[in-house]
Amino acid sequence: MTIMSMWEYANPKRFMGWTGPVLPWVFGGAAVCLTVGLIWGFFFTPDEARQGSTVKIIYLHVPAALMAINAWIMMLVASLIWLVRRHHVSALAAKAAAPVGVAMTLIALATGAIWGQPMWGTYWAWDPRLTSFLILFLFYLGYMALWAAIDDPDTAADLTSVLCMVGSVFALMSRYAVNFWNQGLHQGASLSLDKEKNVADVFYQPLLFAIAGFVLLFFALVLLRTRTEIRTRRLRALIRREGQ
Amino acid sequence: MIALLRRDLLLATRAGGGFGLGLVFFLIVVVLVPFGVGPETAILSRIAPGILWVAALLAALLSLDRIFALDHEDGSLSLLATAPIPLEAVAVVKAAAHWLTTGVPLAIAAPVLGVLLHLDPSAFGLVVVTLLLGTPALSVIGTFGAALTVGIRRGGLLLSLIVLPLYVPTLIFGAEAVRRGVDGQDPATPLLMLGGITAGAVALLPFATAAVLRMNLR
Repeated sequence: MTIMSMWEYANPKRFMGWTGPVLPWVFGGAAVCLTVGLIWGFFFTPDEARQGSTVKIIYLHVPAALMAINAWIMMLVASLIWLVRRHHVSALAAKAAAPVGVAMTLIALATGAIWGQPMWGTYWAWDPRLTSFLILFLFYLGYMALWAAIDDPDTAADLTSVLCMVGSVFALMSRYAVNFWNQGLHQGASLSLDKEKNVADVFYQPLLFAIAGFVLLFFALVLLRTRTEIRTRRLRALIRREGQ
Repeated sequence: MIALLRRDLLLATRAGGGFGLGLVFFLIVVVLVPFGVGPETAILSRIAPGILWVAALLAALLSLDRIFALDHEDGSLSLLATAPIPLEAVAVVKAAAHWLTTGVPLAIAAPVLGVLLHLDPSAFGLVVVTLLLGTPALSVIGTFGAALTVGIRRGGLLLSLIVLPLYVPTLIFGAEAVRRGVDGQDPATPLLMLGGITAGAVALLPFATAAVLRMNLR
């Protein structure tokens, strides 16, 4: 008997096989984590000394911002796998992740604006972090537009993969260019390994639940959308065969 | 390669090549700005570096979709792909031709338009230098975008959507260097960054451009 490699799971048929039963559990886990994290965060944590109850939007803002970046990184990895190994599922997963990533970016920007109004007195500032997110948002739009514009699925996967790689480099450069260009209002990282600067434990624990919830939700949505893409692809193939 | 460069330059400068259009567009954008923000000298001279850079960037964008689209339509792109020179070299030559017909004229015209915007005379040299240093990056990035969208009908709008975010770092460092010059600060750091971006883009992006062209010609 041969040892099964992890790539076996990327075969579309197998992918459909194992994701079908797993998907409800991922959705369920996301629902549980989000419920616990958000209810705990919203109703059972004290108000922060200076920010009052506005601080509670952190339970949406930080996880969404985290996933906005991680979604792009996931797309980059999936694009590389497509270019190197040509697994169709991987290209479709990258395509499926983009709209989820764009939604996360929008949530992060919107909650940030709502939070910024009472705290900084403005919905928007050309602060490095805010600006980088806006640029990331534009990159997502360009990537999705390119997918939408090309008919042949393999060419579309190839071209968007290259765009994702080149875009990653430029997005990173923009991040540093923007830092150089303006000093910011935004606080530093709320969650780093450097514990000193982190948010206090009372806020930290529910935040971890909320983050876990967002991560699971992201995976659930990407799996669901990838399954939809695979089915669409099959349907197209069937229709083409019927037409002949 | 030289023959290809000469051919592209000739095509661009002959009638219908759109050589002058970019410059005229640059002029019009700069002229429109005072109508939008008002004629006060102080405001105009403050925003002049940024306006010149943004307008130059838009003017460079205008001629991007011509880089490959016409060659793709009449089949000469396929011939170039099978020609004895590597496709990477074709990408470099195309970007160079775009730069010579867009970037260089824009950089030379910029001080003239700076007068219209009351740009501080001491910054004229800096505007030319930053544009000469930054527009090669714009051309190379734009060539990559043009290669990405070459197979798409009416890809012009998509091309700008893809290329403009990629222009952000170049724009930031270019305009920042001029701004520092106007404020009497040392513009060396942003100038070096700008040069770095251009050098990196010119060295690496032609490979991506060629890869993308091969995908589109398959």
